Amino acid sequence: MTTTTSDERTVSGGVGTDAARPDGILKVTGEFAYGSDLWADEMLWGVTLRSPHPSARIVSIDLGPALALPGVYAVLTADDVPGERRYGLEVDDQPVLATGVVRYQGEPVALVAAEHPETARRAAALIVVDYEVLQPVTDAIAALEPGAPVLHPEPTPVVERSREDAHLHPSGNLFRHLKIRKGEDHPVADVVVEGDYQVGMQDQAFLGPESGLAVPGEDGGVDLFVATQWLHVDQQQICRALALPPEKVRLTLAGVGGAFGGREDLSMHVHACLLALHTGKPVKMSYNREESFFGHVHRHPATMHYVHGFTRDGDLVFVRAQIWLDGGAYLSSSAAVVGNAGLMGIGPYVVPHVRMDCYGAYTNNPPCGAMRGFGAVQAAFAYESQMDKAAEVLGMDPVDLRCRNAMEEGSVAPTGQVLDSPAPVVELLRRLQTMPMPAVAPADGHDLRRLPGGVANSTHGEGVRRGVGYAVAYKNIGFSEGFDDYSTARVRLEVHDGEPVVTVHTAAAEVGQGLVTVQQQIARTELGVERVVVAPADTTVGSGGSSSASRQTYVTGGAVREACRLVRAELQARCGVESWDDVDWAQAEAALAGEYVEATTEWRHRPTEAVDPETGQGFAHVQYAFAAHRAVVDVDVELGLVKVVELACTQDVGHAVNPQAVAGQIHGGTAQGMGLALMEEVVVTDGIIRNPSFTDYLIPTILDMPPMQVDILELPDPHAPYGLRGVGEPPTISSGPAVLAAVRAATGLPLTRVPIRPEHICGTRS
Amino acid sequence: MRVDLTVNGERRQAEDVWEGESLLYLLRERLGLPGAKNACEQGECGSCSVYLDGDVVCACLVAAGQAEGRDVVTVEGLADGDVLDPVQQAFLDAGAVQCGFCTPGLVVAVHDLLRRVPSPDDSTVREALAGNLCRCTGYEAVLDAVRRAAGQT
Repeated sequence: MTTTTSDERTVSGGVGTDAARPDGILKVTGEFAYGSDLWADEMLWGVTLRSPHPSARIVSIDLGPALALPGVYAVLTADDVPGERRYGLEVDDQPVLATGVVRYQGEPVALVAAEHPETARRAAALIVVDYEVLQPVTDAIAALEPGAPVLHPEPTPVVERSREDAHLHPSGNLFRHLKIRKGEDHPVADVVVEGDYQVGMQDQAFLGPESGLAVPGEDGGVDLFVATQWLHVDQQQICRALALPPEKVRLTLAGVGGAFGGREDLSMHVHACLLALHTGKPVKMSYNREESFFGHVHRHPATMHYVHGFTRDGDLVFVRAQIWLDGGAYLSSSAAVVGNAGLMGIGPYVVPHVRMDCYGAYTNNPPCGAMRGFGAVQAAFAYESQMDKAAEVLGMDPVDLRCRNAMEEGSVAPTGQVLDSPAPVVELLRRLQTMPMPAVAPADGHDLRRLPGGVANSTHGEGVRRGVGYAVAYKNIGFSEGFDDYSTARVRLEVHDGEPVVTVHTAAAEVGQGLVTVQQQIARTELGVERVVVAPADTTVGSGGSSSASRQTYVTGGAVREACRLVRAELQARCGVESWDDVDWAQAEAALAGEYVEATTEWRHRPTEAVDPETGQGFAHVQYAFAAHRAVVDVDVELGLVKVVELACTQDVGHAVNPQAVAGQIHGGTAQGMGLALMEEVVVTDGIIRNPSFTDYLIPTILDMPPMQVDILELPDPHAPYGLRGVGEPPTISSGPAVLAAVRAATGLPLTRVPIRPEHICGTRS
Repeated sequence: MRVDLTVNGERRQAEDVWEGESLLYLLRERLGLPGAKNACEQGECGSCSVYLDGDVVCACLVAAGQAEGRDVVTVEGLADGDVLDPVQQAFLDAGAVQCGFCTPGLVVAVHDLLRRVPSPDDSTVREALAGNLCRCTGYEAVLDAVRRAAGQT
């Protein structure tokens, strides 16, 4: 008998390599099936009629003209929802279809299914809805004042409330108040710096629109193929709305064209299922770009007031902060976003005395919820601006001031939690400083493409000032505050003709980040098998949790690793050997006799706990991840145009499971942060979105993005699988504040609002 | 109406086309070629880029009827059987594919660029691809892919 040693069994494409994506060839050839690519025989198209008003009472709905249009198969309203008429991620406060009132512009009111999408659109336009228009609540701070109209008169049973909240608004629009009380109430500092900051509403702007195909089943159930971030939480909500048990609501992940938080909430899911069950035909729904702006939650606009106190030497004494987040009309995940904004809201600094109040309010603005960075993004603009302002007052270098106050391993966070793994804030900043600086653009202006304004030929170098800015930020990884955050993995190993094959099956959503590759890599490393198949994600296996919070490589990765180890143990037992090294594939094939070894496991990271509602103290987060950026910009101070010359990023990823994919996350996350600093805003006036298109909502193009330098640190977290740290969100948090700092440095202006607009720089706006 | 055209070298015909349909809809929903993508359907994102008589266009901005009798090449027509076009291979090697929704449009746009300018510098690449939005990659890996493909073609 030959013995295969572990060395011989080492295969390529394991953990730590740039393994190729299993879906890559399909994606470059155009054959990968996204939600909007799905098709079925006799398929109908579903469309949604949405409210044009941010606040109105529905007096009547006349479906007659729509039903009379040839080619129309169904027109549905809230009366056609068989189960619960409301759904939600945390509480069921959002109507499947509006009942009685509408609370935001774009709220779904009715559905149409027709044989051609244009027929469906025309039918929807024929539905006559008589609205009594009401005055919308459009300001998050005003919404909390006594006397403001209350969006949801019923209590919101979401998060344990603080005793103080009664003074704010007894029964009103406040849905969460996160408080941190650490240290003394009235600490004294030598130098006090105060500032007010604002962040606009950002859109995820994933390129693949909300889409899916619902197919009615012979058992009275439905199969839904949908682009989403969390199949099982979708399934739970759909089941409640349809009044069907889980076995009759079967979900399979369709190809996902990006997510960034915008697919955590339901969009067309229940609607397509309703139409399919009603018509008995497959129904496809696919939003166009305009509808997509109304079809998912956005990043919360924020208003922030910060007061920092320092000693004369630059040691932080206290931070007092207030943050108001506009949650829009429905809760979505906003309570957790408020928690995050508050808990992450001081930044990666050691502060003896902290008083944080973070409020979330209902308004009649578009609902806000998850977007990459999840509350930490907004706060970082404020606390990093404060650090720069303080450095100026103290006469210190901004990076030195940050390093002087930086967290490190063993530091105590504002929550009282001790950082029990590397926290290399100083190293990230110092490494950035040693990176080479980009060349100054030639003053002759020969290459317009390198200047602000580009080929618009708006300057040849005159009025252009260069600025450099730094920022550092941190983010909690995984679900926090006591959430039971787990993932399920099923791993099967079989051997045919001496060749082992592994199948990994989870319900975790590949949204572009490369989770399917990571699953293969882990199985290869754990089982020494090169051929690993990742089965389609669906609800026939247990929950994989959400593809959010930078958690999937950690949690689903941890589950896959655990399942692989169970398979190993089982195969060893079947082969009757003591050591995994003693298993050889020919022997294993004989021992299995045509069967396979399979293990399914739920895997959890170490538990977290809810924070105290009065003090914000508690072991709230399983892991923190840190990133820092340096931005170099050229600003045409006369026209207010900004050219980002270079972005450099340092980030600790613990262990890079796939270094190429890690770099891709850092590049892409950096771009989204820069976009928020300079151009991305859903402009909402009186509750109305003014720019729901890619013509008017700008995301960075390849011309806007500068070259990037990326330096990846790998300081293992002893608590995490392979020592890895979540990667996706941190670069989105620090890049924007660095750009803002650089533009401030170039212009000498305070610039307290993002996105920065040209008029903020050239002073043409009062 | 009926539309006759050549797609990826094959004569194709679609019946009962509504006059308001775009070439993108025709390709995706009537001819079974969903490679060109529907990210914005207003000519801003480039994800539906295809060749029309040798020029790259946004298929969403071309009426289906305008394609009558013309020659269309989509991303599905670039590979030679199982052998990927060098541009497609370069996107994989560079890690320029994440969610992949922009990828078909970018592959077509880069394919076109390298036909016209075999060795473009980065500024030229940025200018040429400014009409193709990507939300995942920050374009770093896309630039790398173009450099790699330029070295191969």
